[in-house]
Amino acid sequence: MRQTAAALLQALARRDLAAASRILTDVLPVRLSPATVPYVLISPFVLLFLVFSLFPLVFSLYLAFHVWEPTDGLAAMTYVGIDNFRFALGDDWFWKSLGNTVWMALASGVPQHLVAIPLACFLNSGLGRGRDLAVGVFFLPYITSTVAIAILFSSLFSTDYGLINLALAHLHGIPLLGTLLPAQPVDWMGRPENIKPAISLIVFWRYLGFNVVLYLAALQTIPGDLYEAARMDGAGWFRQFWFITLPSLRPMLFFAVTLSVIGGLQLFEEPFILTGGKGGSDQAGMSTAIYLYRTAFDFNDFGAASAMSWLLFFLVAGLTYATNRAFRPRAGSQ
Amino acid sequence: MATRSSTSSSADRLAPLMAHLLVGVGGLLMLAPFWFMFVFATHSRTDIFSLPPPLWFGDASLGNLQILTSRLPFWRNLGLSLYVAAASTGFTLLFCSMGGYAFAMFEFRFKRALFALVMGTLLVPSFMNMIPTFMIMNALGWIDQPRALFIPGAANAFGVFLVRQFVIASIPRDLVEAARMDGCSELGIYWRIVLPLLRPALGTLGLITFIASWNNFIGPLIVMRSPEMYTLPLALRALQSPVDTEWGALMTGSAIATLPLLVLFMLSSRQLIAGLTSGAVK
Repeated sequence: MRQTAAALLQALARRDLAAASRILTDVLPVRLSPATVPYVLISPFVLLFLVFSLFPLVFSLYLAFHVWEPTDGLAAMTYVGIDNFRFALGDDWFWKSLGNTVWMALASGVPQHLVAIPLACFLNSGLGRGRDLAVGVFFLPYITSTVAIAILFSSLFSTDYGLINLALAHLHGIPLLGTLLPAQPVDWMGRPENIKPAISLIVFWRYLGFNVVLYLAALQTIPGDLYEAARMDGAGWFRQFWFITLPSLRPMLFFAVTLSVIGGLQLFEEPFILTGGKGGSDQAGMSTAIYLYRTAFDFNDFGAASAMSWLLFFLVAGLTYATNRAFRPRAGSQ
Repeated sequence: MATRSSTSSSADRLAPLMAHLLVGVGGLLMLAPFWFMFVFATHSRTDIFSLPPPLWFGDASLGNLQILTSRLPFWRNLGLSLYVAAASTGFTLLFCSMGGYAFAMFEFRFKRALFALVMGTLLVPSFMNMIPTFMIMNALGWIDQPRALFIPGAANAFGVFLVRQFVIASIPRDLVEAARMDGCSELGIYWRIVLPLLRPALGTLGLITFIASWNNFIGPLIVMRSPEMYTLPLALRALQSPVDTEWGALMTGSAIATLPLLVLFMLSSRQLIAGLTSGAVK
């Protein structure tokens, strides 16, 4: 034992971590049998999982039925039954935030898929060697800091000097197309009706590439001879798309739409940064996640905020189930 | 790859051209915000909001940096971001590789139920944890402690899933059995045989964890209260004010927060894309 300790110290002194770890792993676990080792391996994970993933959920459910006085420590809880839920369901701002969230989830989510599917089809069939580069470019926004991006966009959306309004002003000069565009600079962040489209645009920009990659992966599993056979039968590209590509994409479409539903209803960071954490004028950019954050941390009502988080969770679960029903392959068809 | 351009009518040649053009323009629109972030980072606030706005690099980046460091403990915030991201990557790799290996190779009590439970939490939206996490951290006295950011995330359901799949797919049971026969200790098998073979999966998981931690906003927003303990995203957000935002400095900060991600992405975009969509693409 003393020898091993000495060898270990020497190895550490030499900064030879590999040798040190070899000595340690040979000595310490001598008594571990294959029957006990899984418990040793899994315990750090399980411990953290129970404390920081599972317990918070249970605690949040408990909290939803209580009123908590933050200044009096964790034990200062009063049971109030379903009062928190009743408060949330009678709260105008809660309903407004739900409306905002669904609005922005639709306005950012639907175009994502409408653009991503044709884009993925094109990247799959054409482009050849440039494909990896194109995929990388479209995917890039997904991995960058939401905060940095939202900050940048808040300058691009500035009314008088923002690039987006300048671009719109230029495009307004073009006949035909120009008549569709506003003649005056748009007050993106100041006017309630403009906040949601601005936020949705950023979300669309951020998640488009992610969906392209999903659809591209699904497209690559479609056997090429299906298209071959269709061409032999004289099917044009549209019929090939409608009768081969779309049906084959169905499982991925379900998955990608589900992710959009779950992600869209959690929307927090983009509107939080763009509206300074308050939800914008007339709360037009206040998503439900922002409102429950404010209910807890600005208004100190942790119980009501927990109740709201469960209500939003049920909405997410319900909509996921509905998507599942809508996209599930029907019995009898493929 | 399916090639569809066997016929040669003019419509057939025009369509791919149009498609190329659209993808090209779309790609530029994707990249444009990054371009302006880096261009604006080199201009002062008055330059950014002038007509026409700058489209090329200026020379105000040092001035911006000075404003940044005078308004915030910026270098400290940057270091803290790095520290939290590194620690969270280290812990996640260690605990998820141990857990994933155990889930894949061993039988133990409650294994199936536990795994189902862990996978179930993958579906729980992040806002569900916001309030209880704050209260738990408050009770533990972890408010304003970096460990509040890297310890909880180390039990990463996605990470355990990723490692488990990788072990099942590419580490033969016979290999582990043979090592056992040769008298290798159980933890020795994990450390000297399994871990090295896991390298590709751990590389992907490490990248994803590092990036997620670097970008994390909600986590620090909940637990970090004093500006000296802000991570980069929180620090940038603190620079924003309704009346007097130093846009040049803010853009410099944003560019500094984005640059490491761009470098990481250029070095490993294939691995990253595959990893981030691996739950979906099977």
